Amino acid sequence: MRDALAILAKDLRIEWRTREGISSVFVLGVLLVVVLTMAHDPSPETAPTLAPGVLWAAFVLTGMLGVQRGFLLERENDCLAGLLGAPVDPAAIYAGKLAANVVLLAVMQAVVVPLVGLFLHVDLAARLPALLLVCLLGFASLATLFGALAARVRAREVMLPLLLLPLLVPLLIGAVQATRAVLVGGLAGASGGLGVLAAFDVIFGVAGWLLFAYVVRD
Amino acid sequence: MRRVLPPLTGLAMLAALVLVFLLVPTEADMGIVQRIFYFHVSSAWVAFLGFFLVAGASAVYLWNGAPTADRLAYAGAEVGVLFCTLVLVTGPIWARPIWGVWWTWDPRLTMTVVLWAIYSSYLMLRAFGGGDAAIARYAAVLGIVGVLDIPLIVVSVRLLRGIHPAVITRTQGGTGLADPWMRAGLLVSALALILLAAWLVDLRVRGAQLEDEVAALRREMDARRGEVA
Repeated sequence: MRDALAILAKDLRIEWRTREGISSVFVLGVLLVVVLTMAHDPSPETAPTLAPGVLWAAFVLTGMLGVQRGFLLERENDCLAGLLGAPVDPAAIYAGKLAANVVLLAVMQAVVVPLVGLFLHVDLAARLPALLLVCLLGFASLATLFGALAARVRAREVMLPLLLLPLLVPLLIGAVQATRAVLVGGLAGASGGLGVLAAFDVIFGVAGWLLFAYVVRD
Repeated sequence: MRRVLPPLTGLAMLAALVLVFLLVPTEADMGIVQRIFYFHVSSAWVAFLGFFLVAGASAVYLWNGAPTADRLAYAGAEVGVLFCTLVLVTGPIWARPIWGVWWTWDPRLTMTVVLWAIYSSYLMLRAFGGGDAAIARYAAVLGIVGVLDIPLIVVSVRLLRGIHPAVITRTQGGTGLADPWMRAGLLVSALALILLAAWLVDLRVRGAQLEDEVAALRREMDARRGEVA
């Protein structure tokens, strides 16, 4: 637990000193929201129906780059080897990295979500915090596992999206359906989507925790 | 086993062809195009068997590191993707005259294409991820995560709109396979494709084993050459 917190603090400190990852990924998020909306050319009436799709497509794509960047940083100067050489349980490394990813992605979402609401005329910010957190956890638990994996293979830039995107399909469907239901009529219709998301969090939280050792062990 | 698989597969294939094209009656509503169903559904079953083989063999490999388990997982993914591709090819051939479109985002279609993507990415990882032994371990992790994703995909795609017939379970307007010849056609087709898949897996496992042996011999040769020089 203490080790995990130390890794979390380290990652946040690196990010705070450069602000490089968060700002580049943030601008990319804004860009994606703009491009995805523009590509649909919505009328003011149809705009709200696009919001769930645009929001979660932008979320998945920016989140992937954010997580990837975190692990590519570790490759520089062999930081990853140092981290793995330290007397730390791999599960603690996983937990620390996972927490750091959740925090950084949450900060980014705090800006992108209201922006989607603004562009597409829906009041998202007030209704979605819990849903966002559930999605963030599920996304980060899988992305942390495969971010570490992809950073250690050849062709790593293309490998992470290739491996991660199809596995994230249940999360994407669940998030879009739950968001749509919440926007139309509150939580009642969102139970199907929320159930998928909750199961996704639990299954891949546990799987990531158990399998991470096999990814980082030499 | 190795001796009997090829002739057995051939016989089963021949029986399946005779059944499906000569003995099974033509479906009343859809006509001749319905006959693709026997190979379409059988291929889907075999693809699932392949994907479960990946997961089982991957778990065994992470547990005891046996090279055979790793080769089995790789072969399972190859055969699974092959038959999943067949599902994705035969489905649209049927869908075009029946539904009027080649493709629709029905739950089962979405699920099939997502599974195809997951196990294709598995093959990409093995092909381009680099040659070291760690790749086998990474692939095993992906093989296990992939199978854990299957129930989530199955549940989540149900949130989408669906029109795919569920023939066997008699839900969603399916009537079940009433005609005994139809049932026989499906069972024998499935048997033929399962035998074919088993044969292919066996060939691939043996091929991978030989590749490893050749690599080991080459290393030994290089070492001896170094001694002489």
